[in-house]
Amino acid sequence: MIPAAFEYVRAGSAAEAISLIGQHGDEAKFLAGGHSLLPLMKLRLAAPSVLVDIGRVSDLSYIRDAGDHIAIGALTRHMDVENSAVLKEHAPLLAHAASHVGDPQVRHRGTIGGSIAHADSASDLPATTLALGATYVAQGPNGTREIAATDFYHGFLQSALAADEMLTEIRVPKMQGAGWSFQKFNRRAQDWAIVGVAAWRRNGDSGVALVNMGSTPILATSVASALAGGASVSDAAQLAAAEADPQNDLNASQEYRVHLAKVLVRRALEEASK
Amino acid sequence: MKISVTVNGTAHESDVEPRTLLVHYVREVLGLTGTNIGCDTSSCGACSVHLNGEAVKSCTVLAAQADGQSVTTIEGMATDGVMHPMQQAFMENHGLQCGYCTPGMVMAATSLLKENPNPTEEEVRIGLEGNLCRCTGYHNIVKSVLAAAAK
Repeated sequence: MIPAAFEYVRAGSAAEAISLIGQHGDEAKFLAGGHSLLPLMKLRLAAPSVLVDIGRVSDLSYIRDAGDHIAIGALTRHMDVENSAVLKEHAPLLAHAASHVGDPQVRHRGTIGGSIAHADSASDLPATTLALGATYVAQGPNGTREIAATDFYHGFLQSALAADEMLTEIRVPKMQGAGWSFQKFNRRAQDWAIVGVAAWRRNGDSGVALVNMGSTPILATSVASALAGGASVSDAAQLAAAEADPQNDLNASQEYRVHLAKVLVRRALEEASK
Repeated sequence: MKISVTVNGTAHESDVEPRTLLVHYVREVLGLTGTNIGCDTSSCGACSVHLNGEAVKSCTVLAAQADGQSVTTIEGMATDGVMHPMQQAFMENHGLQCGYCTPGMVMAATSLLKENPNPTEEEVRIGLEGNLCRCTGYHNIVKSVLAAAAK
């Protein structure tokens, strides 16, 4: 399969990338690692007329301790998120979830920013960063703005990013001492999750988000509220799908997904409560 | 567009369409047909090559993204007619049946050992999750990788 023809331009910096995307308008797309975009283009589900390759904007590949949070450059590859000593110490849930994205070849190319900007509810990192209460930083022609993960996902592959905005940084609060768990249920090793759960608990607080349980990653706020109110893990897990709106597809029916979500949230909370 | 890519140590200057995939570039432009196309959807790993020393699926990389970079294909693994230790290990341990997945397996396995020189059996199985063998010959593939690691 070969993508539809397009013009290819390479940006050397975020500012140049934003200027290039501005010149080419709505028909242009940013290309980072390409592991979400190129498969869509090969299937002709996407046919941008211009690709602005940001894969070499190397100053957006970093993981830094920024005081109360860890700052991750949008072009940091999954493999580097997975192996980051800083993340393993301060946000191990994210490092672990990154190790479940695709397979090693995919993780050598795919980036955390690309995955989040693609806004696929079936991907692992949108839901994981949502559970962690992350903030995303976007840069546009008029400067940068912060977008809470809770405000970012608007619909299937739809995000709060404007066409001429580029995701540049992901900020994840430090979570030392939190219990955490990542549950991914799939049929084959490298598949997307049929349902996935990212969860953490610390003192009275918790965060639970669901993969592939709707058109966006879902924050399971009813579960967190129930836990805060003193509910048991198994009672709270019964509320797993309260905010979800799962689809029927080849892999699973709606009912099966709801069942899976309850089981996986219970398992995740049990692991996170240890 | 003009690209220059070093493939198996040789610099190539080529004029390609931007939409040219790396796998088509190595197979059709350079004639290196050892890299196979399997699923063509970044699932099976048959098309795995090394890009700057790391395994990638060349059906999901543009040749343009490899511009200025270094690529190694299965043809670049042997030195002066002597097989790479991983290739040797596959041969000695019956790590191939029909052989279609083998080039990709060898490229993925050598990349894995670079990152984890002494993997456990489980780590080999997880590390090769991106490569499918439709003969289901995984047992001897894993054995081959462990044998290569022990060399």
